[in-house]
Amino acid sequence: MSASPSPYLTQESEYNLSEDVVTKITEMAASFPEKNSALIPALHLIQDQFGWVPPPTIKQLAQLLKTTPNKIYGVLTFYTMFNLKPVGKYHIQICRNVSCSLLGAKHIIDYLTKKLHIQVGETTADGKFTLTLVECLGACGMAPVMMINDKYYENLDEKKVDQILKTLK
Amino acid sequence: MIQETKVLTRHENVSGMEEVENYIRDGGYEGLKKALTMLPQEIVEEVKKSFLRGRGGAGFPTGYKWSFLPKEKTKPHYLICNADEGEPGTFKDRVIMEHDPLLLIEGMTISGYAIQSELGVIYIRGEFKWIAEKLECAIDNARRANLLGKNIMGKGFDFDIVVMRGAGAYICGEETALIESIEGKRGQPRVKPPFPAGVGLYDCPTIINNVETLACIPIILQNDADAFKRMGSFQSAGTKLYGISGHVNKPGLYEYPFGTNLKYLIMQAAGGIRNGKKLKAVIPGGLSSPILKADEINLDMDFDSCVKANTMLGSGGIIVIDEDTPIPEVALTTVNFFVHESCGQCIPCREGLSKIQQILTALLDGKGQNGSIETMLKITQSVNGSTLCPMGDAAAMAIQSMITKFREEFDTLLK
Repeated sequence: MSASPSPYLTQESEYNLSEDVVTKITEMAASFPEKNSALIPALHLIQDQFGWVPPPTIKQLAQLLKTTPNKIYGVLTFYTMFNLKPVGKYHIQICRNVSCSLLGAKHIIDYLTKKLHIQVGETTADGKFTLTLVECLGACGMAPVMMINDKYYENLDEKKVDQILKTLK
Repeated sequence: MIQETKVLTRHENVSGMEEVENYIRDGGYEGLKKALTMLPQEIVEEVKKSFLRGRGGAGFPTGYKWSFLPKEKTKPHYLICNADEGEPGTFKDRVIMEHDPLLLIEGMTISGYAIQSELGVIYIRGEFKWIAEKLECAIDNARRANLLGKNIMGKGFDFDIVVMRGAGAYICGEETALIESIEGKRGQPRVKPPFPAGVGLYDCPTIINNVETLACIPIILQNDADAFKRMGSFQSAGTKLYGISGHVNKPGLYEYPFGTNLKYLIMQAAGGIRNGKKLKAVIPGGLSSPILKADEINLDMDFDSCVKANTMLGSGGIIVIDEDTPIPEVALTTVNFFVHESCGQCIPCREGLSKIQQILTALLDGKGQNGSIETMLKITQSVNGSTLCPMGDAAAMAIQSMITKFREEFDTLLK
């Protein structure tokens, strides 16, 4: 049985870093005493551009920061905020930690899976929503909490979830 | 009745505090003005005298931490603000950063002067993107007002601050994992010694302080160490931000004199237990702190009293649990968290915690075996003390305390 080729070796030109992202990464690299400190901020910028971190961008980033794709891959896969595959237009991340669980996180999770007809970790067929469970989001006093893309939604109940989803076109 | 003492959260309901004029109008930057007339060593002494202790969880005296830097400066010194705020139950630093960003920036500038640093890094958890943007805006404002950058207030002191967002790793709240992360690596804790004060960021002497700790610095300098000591308890000076979450009527963030009684905080400040239920248990200082039973909460919430009660003040994140909640389920949520966040470097933490996770999951599924509770306890004993960073100990102690204090609930699962 031969090993399947790593998806991180594919090259697709549609995943070119935008000029703006390249400029910001270069600026970020200059603001730290060592270039490599710009790695995590750069991965955030790439994810902002594409919604995930497409493999071909790693090579481009390695050239910008004068490092190797392997080193970047090692960092990228350690941090849970980076998406290793595309996610829906709206990435819903629900906290499953203690404070949120005490106030009904499980109920909210079940409600969302039923409402969106997907399981945790899946994306809706129209590519609109991805549902992910995460650990503590640092909003325990406002539990239960979820994050959709960059925004926090706190003190959730079924009604509030309905209202929030309605605003997401 | 104990009065809430709003010092660090006094601008919680005020907007526009990222503007220098607004912040100065309310007494801001008096601390830095005074600091720049003093010698760096005098500031370190004043902070030592204030009994300020680190608010991140360990409670180490801040002034003494600063004095571990090399006496002769041969390399750049760095100041890191730990704003990774990931300890479950904790939501305090975000309030300071969101509502009073210049208080933190002033605190960092004074601290930077005291430890002779020219660069500070705020490492903030990645999810707090809007807060990072607010900090950057406040930093720009401070630069324009000559309160950051070159020759601050014309006193010949250069200092600047960079904000860096993490990317979802709890372990990066540990000092040396945080340093690795700023260096663009996986957040895996380093072997200590050497400690960061000797060999830290880019192998240079580095001081890492929590947001809440650094926000206390302008308060100490504005008045003096004695005024700061008058707030709080004997060994833990100042105020403390207590985050109260879970089954209380009024969850939220409360600022009280250090050492305020836990029972008071839960029953009075946070309005008691929801829906007329009885209290079952309290996790007093973030999920890493050993759990307390309902009859153990007559406790002063300061570092030493918590240690005496065999728990930890930690971050002051108080999680309140009512009588209807099965503790084995809380224990599973806890172990799931620590398994997820283990960096994978030390075998006891990586393998031991996932073994506990397997056993506990089986137990809750009704597939427990005779002796499985003892096995879990044995594993917690072997994880405790055998890892590079305190996360292994924290996870082990947290789980151990839940099993031993609520043993009958675990035993019932075997029947």
